[in-house]
Amino acid sequence: MRSSRTTALAMAGVLSLGLLAACSTDDEPSGGESADGTVTITVAGLQPGAETEAVDALNERVAEFEAANPDINVEPEEYNWLASTFSAQLAGGTLPNVFEIPLTDAKTLIENGQLADISEQFDSLSFADDFNENLLESGTGSDGKVYAIPAKSIYGVALHYNRNLFEQAGLDPDQPPTTWEEVREYAKTIHDATGVAGYATMALDNAGGWQLAAAANSRGGVIQEQDGDAYTATLDDPAVKEHLEWLHALRFEDNSILPRTDLGWGEINEAFAGGQLAMYTSGSDVYNALVENNGMTEDWGYGLTAIPTSNGGGALTGGTLAAVTQESTDAQKDAAVKWIDFWYLSKMLDQDQAVADAKLRNENDQAVGTPVLPIFSEEQYATSLEWVKDYINVPLENMKGYTDVMFTQPSIGEISASTQDTYALLFPVVQAVLTDENADIDALLETANAQGQALLDQ
Amino acid sequence: MTTDDVVLAPRRRPGTPLTWVRGGGLSALVFALPLLVIFGVFSWLPIVRAVVMSFQKTNLITTSWVGLQNFQNVFADPLLPVATRNTLWFALLALVFGYPIPLVAAVLMREVRRAKGLYSALAYLPVVVPPVVAVLLWKFFYDPRPEGVFNTILGWVGVPPQPWLQSMTMAMPSLVLEATWAAAGGTVVIYLAALTAVPPELYDAAEVDGAGVWRKVWHVLVPQLRGVLFITLILQVIGTAQVFLEPYLFTGGGPANATVTILLLIYRYAFGNSLGGNYGEATALSLLLAVFLAVMSLVYFRLTRRWSTS
Repeated sequence: MRSSRTTALAMAGVLSLGLLAACSTDDEPSGGESADGTVTITVAGLQPGAETEAVDALNERVAEFEAANPDINVEPEEYNWLASTFSAQLAGGTLPNVFEIPLTDAKTLIENGQLADISEQFDSLSFADDFNENLLESGTGSDGKVYAIPAKSIYGVALHYNRNLFEQAGLDPDQPPTTWEEVREYAKTIHDATGVAGYATMALDNAGGWQLAAAANSRGGVIQEQDGDAYTATLDDPAVKEHLEWLHALRFEDNSILPRTDLGWGEINEAFAGGQLAMYTSGSDVYNALVENNGMTEDWGYGLTAIPTSNGGGALTGGTLAAVTQESTDAQKDAAVKWIDFWYLSKMLDQDQAVADAKLRNENDQAVGTPVLPIFSEEQYATSLEWVKDYINVPLENMKGYTDVMFTQPSIGEISASTQDTYALLFPVVQAVLTDENADIDALLETANAQGQALLDQ
Repeated sequence: MTTDDVVLAPRRRPGTPLTWVRGGGLSALVFALPLLVIFGVFSWLPIVRAVVMSFQKTNLITTSWVGLQNFQNVFADPLLPVATRNTLWFALLALVFGYPIPLVAAVLMREVRRAKGLYSALAYLPVVVPPVVAVLLWKFFYDPRPEGVFNTILGWVGVPPQPWLQSMTMAMPSLVLEATWAAAGGTVVIYLAALTAVPPELYDAAEVDGAGVWRKVWHVLVPQLRGVLFITLILQVIGTAQVFLEPYLFTGGGPANATVTILLLIYRYAFGNSLGGNYGEATALSLLLAVFLAVMSLVYFRLTRRWSTS
């Protein structure tokens, strides 16, 4: 008896010590370096729910990269930038070594010391001087060091439409609407003829505010003014009101808008690909995601045209930067920038890489040639498209409404102060307008604007 | 165990550490230690950390003390009254629908003679469905278009399509409907268990005295279930005060903040901004909610002590 009791006591003691040890020991920052000198980095890969072909294409590119860099081991992770999950991942240290952030967030993340300084690695890139300067500036700190590199895509908000629904409603899909009034007419015609919603808008979370801002910009308004270091909220700009009234009319006069306020960036893509709506606005590069996540094909009947502009308005632009986690070791930073070069940039600058990437994406039925705004120069963009012309599989002839004007249409950057918080004030207004026939738009905007100004004054 | 131990334990003298050790104090402590460590690290430490954090401004990388600023900001937030009102509205609706339904179901299920197991399995089934799956399923039911599941059913009886989640007035009742469906099974099982403890003699006696089903329920079952009813009531109130899953997954708090609850507001403070959340205000509001619920539970138990059987 005595001995078994002693054993139990000893076991309990060991267990407690073990628990204490487990709780107190910090995870040893291994730095991802193994004994043989191989560096392992995790990188932002595809969005959750990507089609198998997209995964195959990514894995093959990873294999090619590892073959060219035998001392680097790349582990792609599913990645979907959402305001809500990003801050938790950032705080929890669970972001991949290489991750993507919106242009507008970079400055604050840099100021907060949350991005790794990758100046040294960046300077070693042969094309370091070729970037569009404005873009590069957004990833540079006040100390002049580079913390984030323009990558992936720069887009302008554009109008996406379903050509088949246009045809069913007797509309010419090669003559997409060019004014908001025409969009309204088309939406009503489509809904009356087919029963399918003619238009839809994102209204869920900050994406709803982002799209309202885009619409206001296209109508010649802005939601924030900057004078030196002073910012003024202008959420009650007449253009914002004009667009809300327009949405209200579609909902309660024409009944031509999809009556849903729970559509975010991904949900609206899904609804569009599922044939639930005919037109919506989103980034010009959304076709990539429609193929990658929603199985869209070239003959689906996808159409892309420019967002209607009036009163000197333009297309809201945005984009993605690639950054490296603060915790990464020097070796990981070296490897990370090599990966950023390979995965995001080389296909825009190096003919062999461009062709290799395009060929592989084409073989795996992923989109090649989706129109985006150039990270380098306009000429470089044209050249890179020329390299891969044999592999282009997006219906470019159905995107002319956008490609004809993408370089001439005025582009407007996202607001730079309290961007996400400002969007967060706007989406409930969009929701109210879409659900409450008696919504008092002036009062809603006045309240939102007061709160927006309070954010800026903090 | 030796006879020594048995004899030693009762005549424990206050005093020296040695007697404490010989009295089994040390081994008791060692045995309790794993539990204490687990609770300490995973339950109590986060609570203490949250209290500390509610007086700080932090993005988990840089931290500074701000005193009561977080609490002041929370009270100044125009969304706080909205969220409070919504949470109370949810709690009230959940109480009106969600509280009596399981009781009625349990009493009915006790009355049936055959296939009792089947009924309790059916009642419990929704609890087994993972909440996220259940919500996705119900989102599908709540499709506002005329071809949505519920709207199709309404169409059969000539009712026009309803907006369900896409209406500021209907969204909250829609959430309560799903929440009641999802949670009723658990409460039904608790009631069923409590009902088996009711002495059958009481029931038989009432029957002999000529009591109908209603009078049997009112005069025999309900008084016997009093203790359980009080507990499930307070558990339900605490549960509904912390409602998060339904508004988060169904509506994200919309339309136009009609379903923003206190917990969703806390979530928004903490994670609504990609540039590092406002963890200070999030923990401040959490703390306020916890204190409120603790005080309310205390008052509730004081008030009901004399009526409760236990």
